[in-house]
Amino acid sequence: MNVKILYFAGLREALGQSAEQLALPAGVGSVGQLHDHLAARGGAWQALATTKNLRVAVNQEMASMQTPLQDGDEIAFFPPVTGG
Amino acid sequence: MKVSVQTEDFDLGAECVAIARGRTDIGAVTSFVGLVRDANDGAGVAKMTLEHYPGMTEKSLTEIVEQARGRWEVLDATVIHRVGELKPGDNIVLVVVASAHRGDALKACEFIMDYLKTRAPFWKKEETSEGGRWVGARESDDESAARWKT
Repeated sequence: MNVKILYFAGLREALGQSAEQLALPAGVGSVGQLHDHLAARGGAWQALATTKNLRVAVNQEMASMQTPLQDGDEIAFFPPVTGG
Repeated sequence: MKVSVQTEDFDLGAECVAIARGRTDIGAVTSFVGLVRDANDGAGVAKMTLEHYPGMTEKSLTEIVEQARGRWEVLDATVIHRVGELKPGDNIVLVVVASAHRGDALKACEFIMDYLKTRAPFWKKEETSEGGRWVGARESDDESAARWKT
């Protein structure tokens, strides 16, 4: 299962990248599992665990850590929004 | 309905006129304009960069306007949000709502702004005398949006 992952704002800066394609390893079938898998890379990736009130969208709709993932999904992680 | 995410400035007067042009069923046009302030959280702001999530941003703004249409009698609405680099005094966001009566237009305009601030994927980064910093979300914005939950 391949997914596209996007990072925005302060999280994008902390990680030093805005997007990646990832083949999900076995056992990663939800947003929460993907989040933990990425945070386990260590170093800068711990920003995923330390960002306060981290938000996530799947296929451009707000999602939760429980949201299941499917092949071809676009998942975005970002801090709380501050537009307007 | 008009939803636009753009780097260019907008014209408040032109948008307010355009929304009612050629119609006689509109009795009220309300608007809100958000601008870049020269200070925030105790520091001077020299400039600001607005980042967004292309694709989701437009979808999110359209959904927010649709929700407003479901709650009040909204005949038409315009939402324009700028992105990129902005300076103090520059326009950031415009909401224009047209209704038959003022109550619907006023409430829908406020609702759209409250939801935009807490749901649309935009992020502000300020350049201050102490360096660059990402603007933090405010609890007061969440409280404003929560008022509309019924």
